[in-house]
This record gives sequence, C-alpha cells and structure tokens, in this order.
Amino acid sequence: MLELTAEERATAAGEHGEGAAMAMRIVAEAARLMGAPRLIPVASAHIDGALYHGDSGTLFAEKLVAGGAKVAVRSSLNVGSLAPAGCAAIRLPPHERGMAGRMMRAYEAMGCEPSWTCAPYQAGHRPARGTDVAWGESNAVVFCNSVLGARTNRYGDFLDIACAIAGRAPDYGLHRPENRLATLLIDVTGLSLGLRRSDVFYPVLGTSLGRTAGSAVAVIEGLQSCTSEDRLKALGAAAASAGGVGLFHVAGVTPEAPDATTALGGIPPRERIALTPADVKAALAGLSTAGETDRVDAVAIGSPHLSLAEIDEVEQRMAGRRLAIPLYANTGRHVLAPLEAKGRRRPLEDAGIVFVVDTCVVVTPILPELDGAVLMTNSGKFAHYAPGNTGYAVTYGSLGECVESAVAGRLVREARAWI
Amino acid sequence: MDLRTRLELKAEILLPGGPVDGPCLALSAPISFWGGVDPKSGRIIDARHPERGRDVAGTILALPGTIGSSSASAVMLELVHAGRAPAALLMDAPDAILLLGLVVAREMGWSTPPAFRLPAAEQKRLAGRRLTVSEQGLIRAE
Repeated sequence: MLELTAEERATAAGEHGEGAAMAMRIVAEAARLMGAPRLIPVASAHIDGALYHGDSGTLFAEKLVAGGAKVAVRSSLNVGSLAPAGCAAIRLPPHERGMAGRMMRAYEAMGCEPSWTCAPYQAGHRPARGTDVAWGESNAVVFCNSVLGARTNRYGDFLDIACAIAGRAPDYGLHRPENRLATLLIDVTGLSLGLRRSDVFYPVLGTSLGRTAGSAVAVIEGLQSCTSEDRLKALGAAAASAGGVGLFHVAGVTPEAPDATTALGGIPPRERIALTPADVKAALAGLSTAGETDRVDAVAIGSPHLSLAEIDEVEQRMAGRRLAIPLYANTGRHVLAPLEAKGRRRPLEDAGIVFVVDTCVVVTPILPELDGAVLMTNSGKFAHYAPGNTGYAVTYGSLGECVESAVAGRLVREARAWI
Repeated sequence: MDLRTRLELKAEILLPGGPVDGPCLALSAPISFWGGVDPKSGRIIDARHPERGRDVAGTILALPGTIGSSSASAVMLELVHAGRAPAALLMDAPDAILLLGLVVAREMGWSTPPAFRLPAAEQKRLAGRRLTVSEQGLIRAE
C-alpha cells in the first residue's frame, strides 16, 4: 500500500502549482500500479520523452510548461526527432516537424539540459555509485546501473519527466539492493582471448545476453582486462535492445561485481551458461538481415552516440582516404564541439562523413528511400532497429569493416581468426 | 454449456471509470502496444499477432498478457487523443507502463477508459460477446 509524505501530498494537491501537482500525481499513480510502498528522492534524471511519437506527447509537455513545471534535479535530454545543431537533413513532413520542434522546446523550457544525446554518461552526466536516479533510454539505463553503479529502473515516456519534476521515483525494482543481485552466470572463458579483446564481440555478446537473460540480472565471468568503457557501452545497448536487460555485472570489472560470487550475493546462480564459439557465431549471424550480398548503400555508426575516442579511431582508419558512400556518424554536441574547435569536423565531412547530431538515423527519417537498400553498421542496436524503422536491410561488421566498406562502396570483410 | 447464457463476473478495479459497454475483443496472445497497435487507427499491426487487422477502438479489450515496451504508454495516450482507444481494458496482470498512458490521459482532461483486472481464463468466456461494465467492475454479458 503506497504511503505519501505530507509534503508529497501537498504537492499533489497543487501547493507548488498545477504542473508540479500533475507530475507528483503521475509518479504516485505509477507507484501504486507497480506496488511500491513509498516514493524515494532521486538525484538526477535522463529524459527520453522528448522524441516525437504523435501530437499527444507534445500537448502533454506543453501542459506541464503551462502549469509552471520545472525539473527539480539535473535532467539531461535524450535524442530528439530534429537536429537543432544542424548536420544531416531530416525528411519529416511539415506538421510532424512543427510538433516535434514544439516538444523539444517544451522540455528545454522545463529546465532540462539540451544535451540531446543517448550517451549522457559520456557528456558529463555520471551519477555517483549507489545514488537513486530516474533515467530513461534503455542503453543509458543499463550503463547507469551496470557501469556507474547508480540505481534506476527503465523509466519510459511521461514517467521520466514526471520523476524529474517531482524529484521522486517509486521505490521498487532496481532501486532495491536485493533486486540488483545476479541470478544468472554467463561464462565466456571458453572463448579465445583475441575474440574477447575485439570491439566486434561486444554487441554480439550483448545480443546473446539480451535473448538469454530477458529482464533477469546476469554476471559475466571471463572479461577481466578485456573491456573498455566503449565496449561496455556497446554490450549494454545490444542487451537492452535484444531483451529487457536493465542491469548486468562483469566480474572483476563493474562496481558491484568485484567477483562473480559477490555479484550473485553468495547464492548459487539459478542458471549457468557457458558461451561457445558456435553460440557467438550464431548470434553474430543473427545481427545481419541482408544475406549474402556485397551491396552496401550507407554505413551508420554511433548507437549509442559515438565518443571522441571512437571518432579518433574512424579518422585513423580512414587515413586521409575519401569515402565512396556516406558514413553517418551519430553523436552528440559534446563530441561535435571539440571536433569543431580543433578544425577536425570539415575535413571529415569533406571526406564523406555525415554527422548526425542531437538525433540518430533510426529515430527520424534521414536515410534516403531506396529499394532493396543495405545499411552496414557496427552497432548491435542499429542492427536490431534499422530494418523495422528505416526499411534498410542490415549487414553487421566491425568498425574496420565499416570504414573499409565505406571507402570501397561495397562490403569488405576482414579475416576472422577467432571464428 | 450454452455460451449465450447471461454471464456476470466481478473484476478488480485498476483505474476507475465507466460505466461502459461494447463488444469484447479478447486477444488470444500477448501484445506489445509499441509496434503492435497503430496509434492513429487502433488497428492491430503486429504481423505475427493472431488478431492482426482487428480494431481495438471502442471494444472492451481483454488482454491475456502484454509485452513490455517503455513506449506503450505513449501509444495508449495517442489512441485516447485520436479517439481510437478501447472503451475499457481487462488485464490478466496490470502493466504499469501501459496503464500510465491512461493516467496521463486523465491528467490531460481527456475522456479515459477504465481498466480492470480479470484472469485470462475468464477473459476467454467473454470473447465476442457484447458487455456492459459497471463502475464497480461488474461485467455483464448479454
């Protein structure tokens, strides 16, 4: 049975304005429906709700603004449907463009930071370990829980901004320590070290994790000295798009898993799965939908948004060559600004890179409409969503293969010693 | 047993409202509203769903299960706004994300369907029948 404090009840009754009241009532109703006994304070929010799905979402945000609502905690914004920072052209019809723009302005008017990125954790928003936060966007949620050790559920549309305004979230799920323990152990020690130390492995592992774990918490054994922040980012994003994963642990790597036993809370796992090279090969094949073809019409990288380190690698691999087909580099202002300041943006664009900033190619129409088109990507998340959202078939490959294919204008594969 | 006999069932209130009446559309498989129901028309668009092509608008929609998506609430709000929402929801298990769309619709001051909890086995008995649902959750099949 949900119990609100006197202060929460006063806010819900309108003491701090109608916008704040509406937000508190939404958080309280969500808590009641989820069976939470109370609300807890949150230290920050990441808002996924500013992506246009229809006019009703815009009207909701504008009603909050009209009611004087302001966010009570630091709140970064996930991608929108438009790109106010420029770059790639967006083919939204006029009505949708207008409503999407109004929605983005409404969220900024409530005091949200115009970060417009799905990788807020690489744009300076990194809550401390153990703090409760209210984050939306599945990859950001899984990174926040797993890599930073802060605590959040997967807050969807409306609830994310309501929690940010109320400064409260329902006390349930991954906010509670007992629900953060792993119940599933995934052992990757049977895979070659070469594979475990390659970037291309992490989206494949994430896809496999998402399919196996669903929304259960897993601990992965066998990745000590193999991971980087960008690899964990790719792993989490693929796991969260293939399944309902909100938290994973990596033994000896992530903050709540000094070792597998601690991550499991000293209890034997409900299930133990040893990944074999055949499992990896099957998961890898499942990421591509284009079949046996060397056709590639475009390359898209950066889901989640590229870090500066990832752009550095693209630039090194291009080595001054021009691209034969467009390579869409999806990233945020936090990366574009330093590139611009160092004079690196123009040469990359002149060589054929199309920067997509504040948004990305699977959430808004950017890719040209072509019959039978094939998109190449190194992102597990793009591989998952591109066929449904863009109509492009997908060929999955490493970043090296993506760059070489963009230079050649057709699929170029590297030798894979590890398969 | 004659399925056309009058039937009365009591359902637990999840979100109050009503009374309402309409034909019962009892889904035979769980559905994801995001990607499964067209928010503009109310038509079931999930290619793999057994009730694909049916329209949820104005029905007493019985859901044996939902597949969670964090955007299900946005689809539900859009259905209410477009006038294509079900007249009421009967859910085997409450899906907080889907119901949140109705909570927000109510906050917007829009006419919002009520939601009740009814086990999947009982939902099947109502399939295709014309129902009235009282504010207290009393379901009558004519």
